[in-house]
Amino acid sequence: MELLRTEHITKSYDSRVIIRDINIHLNEGELVSLLGVSGSGKTTLFQVISGLTPPDTGKVFLSGENITGEAGHISYMLQKDLLLPHKKVIDNVSLPLVIRGMKKDRAQQQAMPFFEQFGIEGTQEKYPSQLSGGMRQRAALLRTYLGSHGTVLLDEPFSALDMLTKDQMHVWYQEMMEKIKLSTLLITHDIDEAIVLSDRIYLMTGKPGEIHDELHITEPRSERKDFNLSPEFLSYKQQIVARMKNN
Amino acid sequence: MKKRSESIRNKLLPVGAFCLILLFWWLISVTGLVPSYMLPSPVDVARAFIKDFPNLIEHAAVSVQEAIYGLGIGIILAFLIATAMDRFETLEKALMPLLVVTQTIPTIAIAPLLVLWMGFGMAPKITLVVVTTFFPIAVGLLDGYKSVDPDEIDLLRSMNATRSQIFLHVKIPEALPYFFSGLKVAASYAVVGAVISEWLGGFEGLGVYMTRVRKAYAFDKMFAVIILIIIVSLLLMALVTLLRNLTMPWEKVKEK
Repeated sequence: MELLRTEHITKSYDSRVIIRDINIHLNEGELVSLLGVSGSGKTTLFQVISGLTPPDTGKVFLSGENITGEAGHISYMLQKDLLLPHKKVIDNVSLPLVIRGMKKDRAQQQAMPFFEQFGIEGTQEKYPSQLSGGMRQRAALLRTYLGSHGTVLLDEPFSALDMLTKDQMHVWYQEMMEKIKLSTLLITHDIDEAIVLSDRIYLMTGKPGEIHDELHITEPRSERKDFNLSPEFLSYKQQIVARMKNN
Repeated sequence: MKKRSESIRNKLLPVGAFCLILLFWWLISVTGLVPSYMLPSPVDVARAFIKDFPNLIEHAAVSVQEAIYGLGIGIILAFLIATAMDRFETLEKALMPLLVVTQTIPTIAIAPLLVLWMGFGMAPKITLVVVTTFFPIAVGLLDGYKSVDPDEIDLLRSMNATRSQIFLHVKIPEALPYFFSGLKVAASYAVVGAVISEWLGGFEGLGVYMTRVRKAYAFDKMFAVIILIIIVSLLLMALVTLLRNLTMPWEKVKEK
């Protein structure tokens, strides 16, 4: 079932067109990547989808409802974890619920059961500065999840992590998505990451940024253990590089 | 262990420097290098401090009261104006130069005017403390508001947070370190501001007492007053540090 859809999104700043005529969609339970070089307008597209900035033209639909320019429908996580340093982890994580008007105690109660699931049990009363990079990302992901209605936008969430932690996070995130039935639109400029994680990949190129191509990764996500060592992985990578060069 | 010994060393260094200055002061006064009527020895000052203690405390109570009232009003005013300036850019552009200009006016020059306008009571003293303490707090707060990572604001906006929620959850807590830095400076200005305004008229307070003993050439008592002013200022600054630690426990965690 289709969850999220953008129709002909165009956005410019100071009369410079940043993204043009973007049409993408995200189905329930899917992980779709937007792969592109820096400056191709990926983050601008996310800002439009999340309602932080209105598009010049075009529309955003969530479960068929027009949410163009409305914030609060889709959770957005940036490259930086943005855990507020002055709030304990439990308060950071339950913040989207508090913002929605829920009482602090109730919001915390609602967040508590997910700590174990997200592998950060025991960090509730800690401050973000006491957590490792991977733990911080998990806490930020939990916050994003709690603020979502099942759909999240992740803007290069793993790019600041070291390679080993990144690999662990990839495996963990895929398992999490299955468990909590999450749908994810991911921005990345890491081809390997896009292939390992995604069901589909949109290739974004040029200035202004446009969607030039779409690639389906047919192997089920649950069967992608050591996928990055397989010939199929290499084949996908060659296809992506060739298509990006052509554009 | 190494960190601990370094911390002890860091604490001992200023104590050592203070003791050296005290020794130097004592030496130049007992050797008669500077006559005792011009510079009483530390022992004389200590004696005057003890003998005059009840009197000093009585006057100090008035000055501290003026300092705290002034500081309190200064904090409220600074918070309101800095917040309004952060909210409305036009207001910031209009007010900032004026605020800077107010800081170039010497305190000693406006004190007599305040006495003239408000009389010899507490009002001109409190007003002067407000004038001197308001600026560092307001500028600190404004810098704090501006220092907030715009991505954090975007994060809250993406949650559909209102302006007041952004202010409450992000801007105020992240401006706190800047606010307390400003408050620490303001706390030291507060007592000095109260004392200066008392020099120019009034019936009680450390400034009034200081003028009295100066006119009587009782320099040992005058030094005792100066020492008390230093002690009161340090205590106020320590109170600010204590408040900072209580309201910002996450900073303590970061230090560990």
